[in-house]
Amino acid sequence: MASSPVKNTYPHRHILGIEGLFPQEIAYVLEKSEEYVAQNRRADKKINLLYGCTIINLFFEDSTRTRTSFELAAKRLSADVINMSINNSSINKGETLIDTAATLNAMHPDILVVRAGLSGAVQLLADKVNCSVINAGDGGHEHPTQAFLDALTIQRRKGKLQGLKIAICGDILHSRVARSNIYLLITMGAQVRLVAPKTLIPAGAENLGVKVFHTMEQGLEDCDIVMMLRLQTERMEGNFFPSIREYFHFFGLDYKKLSVAKADALIMHPGPANRGVEIDSEVADDFSRSVIREQVEMGVAVRMACLDILSNNLKTEREMHPNEA
Amino acid sequence: MKRNWTPKQPGKITQDKAYVNVRLLDPASNFDMVCDSTGGLITRGEKVSEIGPKIFENGISDDIEVIDCLGHCLIPGLVDMRVQVREPGYEHKETIESVGLSATAGGVTTIVCLPNTKPIIADASQVEFLARRARKIGLTKIYPYAALTANLGGKKLTEIGLLAEAGAVAFTDGDKAIENAQVLRRALSYALTFDLLIVQHPEEPSLVPNGGMNAGETATRLGLPGIPREAEIIMIERDIRLVEMTGGKLHFAHISTSESVSVIRKAKEKGLRITCDTAPPYFALNDQTIGEYRTFAKLSPPLRSEDDRKAIIAGLKDGTIDAIASDHSPQDADSKRLPFTQAESGGVGLETLLSVSLDLHHNGNLSLLEVLEKITNRPAELLNLPAGKIEVGSAADLVIFDPDFGWQVKDTDLVSKSKNTPFDLRLVQGIVRRTIIDGRMVYKSEDE
Repeated sequence: MASSPVKNTYPHRHILGIEGLFPQEIAYVLEKSEEYVAQNRRADKKINLLYGCTIINLFFEDSTRTRTSFELAAKRLSADVINMSINNSSINKGETLIDTAATLNAMHPDILVVRAGLSGAVQLLADKVNCSVINAGDGGHEHPTQAFLDALTIQRRKGKLQGLKIAICGDILHSRVARSNIYLLITMGAQVRLVAPKTLIPAGAENLGVKVFHTMEQGLEDCDIVMMLRLQTERMEGNFFPSIREYFHFFGLDYKKLSVAKADALIMHPGPANRGVEIDSEVADDFSRSVIREQVEMGVAVRMACLDILSNNLKTEREMHPNEA
Repeated sequence: MKRNWTPKQPGKITQDKAYVNVRLLDPASNFDMVCDSTGGLITRGEKVSEIGPKIFENGISDDIEVIDCLGHCLIPGLVDMRVQVREPGYEHKETIESVGLSATAGGVTTIVCLPNTKPIIADASQVEFLARRARKIGLTKIYPYAALTANLGGKKLTEIGLLAEAGAVAFTDGDKAIENAQVLRRALSYALTFDLLIVQHPEEPSLVPNGGMNAGETATRLGLPGIPREAEIIMIERDIRLVEMTGGKLHFAHISTSESVSVIRKAKEKGLRITCDTAPPYFALNDQTIGEYRTFAKLSPPLRSEDDRKAIIAGLKDGTIDAIASDHSPQDADSKRLPFTQAESGGVGLETLLSVSLDLHHNGNLSLLEVLEKITNRPAELLNLPAGKIEVGSAADLVIFDPDFGWQVKDTDLVSKSKNTPFDLRLVQGIVRRTIIDGRMVYKSEDE
């Protein structure tokens, strides 16, 4: 199946977020990703698809995992990849972001992979350049490739997304991962529940089409997937919860809390996990339940698919309008 | 008057007791029933086992102890939702034992104590200490509030989920307002996770001068700094907005002004989860009680104007004010025998809670059942306590009182360790004759 060419149903220049995508667009990215899962497991992982293509990883926020995953994805497709890490605190963000965009644009890159600490910054940058842009996470807004890789992980294990009961637990308020996952999973017909103390549920969350719970006992009941989020204490200014001890007692995932979920429920975490804060080590390391490492593997495949799709779209676009680039 | 206390002893009660010749009142089930010697109530062990006007129609069996209530009122034991116990840390003002003597003399079988002891009630071991001490002393039942913020500092939340599991019934910073709006917002929101109640002392601290009384004519004549009524109103108005924003559950303690009543009334009409209480001084006294610098009448919030007092009564009548709490705040003589500005604020109230509240009935403001509801069933409901009503199977926490007996409050007669009553020398009507906790009579008074 992977060898038969799939019709491109993702017609956009950028991947900035999941919100607003149609089911067939998401499905196409996932199908493409499947092909790369197979390729990554072969001894010969590298292909020449993006030979001569320039990709810049522009990271305004510290990241090891995501940046490495994107870099590896680009290299496996034979692209020329450059990593730029720009320290957040030392620059005046508004002005420099657009300056940086103009500077980089002058170098004629093909794809920019951008992570920014501020919500909306990647969109702003995308408006100023002539190449494709992938959002690798912007503030508390979206992290679309994480949602794709989570969906791919689930779909491979459960054979579907439609109808699954999925609990997203923990620091929803500060999480771009949660937002992208909510949009994607709901678009694909899953039933999404949010489980967190009231202080960590963003206002109006119910309007996103999810159910909100404030106890793990109720929230995890009968779930197929338990998706834990990292508690982003660095983004918190006080009093979202009293202490780590209390947080773990009521919201940390352990076997007792997990027992109300389905017997074959999978545990996911976007990493890096705070052990003893949002997840018990015993649970995180239980490879019969935890697919945390598989998520990392799917990450590379998903990002290869994204680079593939966008470079293809960009090529078509440039063929149609040769003078604009 | 002869008064006797018999603290509860461990062990089972073997004999059933029949309370006859009695007027049974229970606000929770809205019954008010006069029974002669053929009706009344039976307790078996620690529980109420039978209630009814004709349960002794065929006589009473010999193995039941019969208690003739002389036609007096038999009601659920009082539930007082705002008491400062002072132990541990301030045992020279009050102890768990002296508060128990005082409470039972006032017909109070359940009290809820503020966390402002030393150490502050802010961890599970403190919650358990109180419960254990109260059980051992065997007088009134004690449930604790726990601190809402660390060190009552108004900044960092305590572990309210874990504290609630340990037995804290609600969360408050005691006689300190939660001043920071963001802290209260987060607290209301977080507490909702476990559906917990927060209790606010509504007073904007920046408007409260040191050592003041209610701002107005009396303060001006006495040359004392004035605490404006707006200090309370502003805080209540702000907090209502925060409740509206978060959907949280907030209780305002001891409200004292007419505008407080009207803004809370409006908030309740909107369906917000807001409740409130007041204390007897705010419907029975006004700021003129201070007279010539009487420090026993220095309270927090301060005694207000006559118009406020009348509005508080109207708020009690129409249900805006849910409960009456004694706001028992013992202060030793050294804290009160000072120039007004330097004296501590607060008054004791456990022993006068019922008698002064009955004024509302004797004066024709509220029916007897309406008054009793505010000091029994309603506060128990607000805090989810298993108390404040008479029903078959419930704990036999009962009070027998003579509603018409007149007496004079004297500070020296109080059994509280501190004597600072704002009602000193007041003539009141209605006295507690017996207080029964878990089926055992722990307090009895008789005329000599």
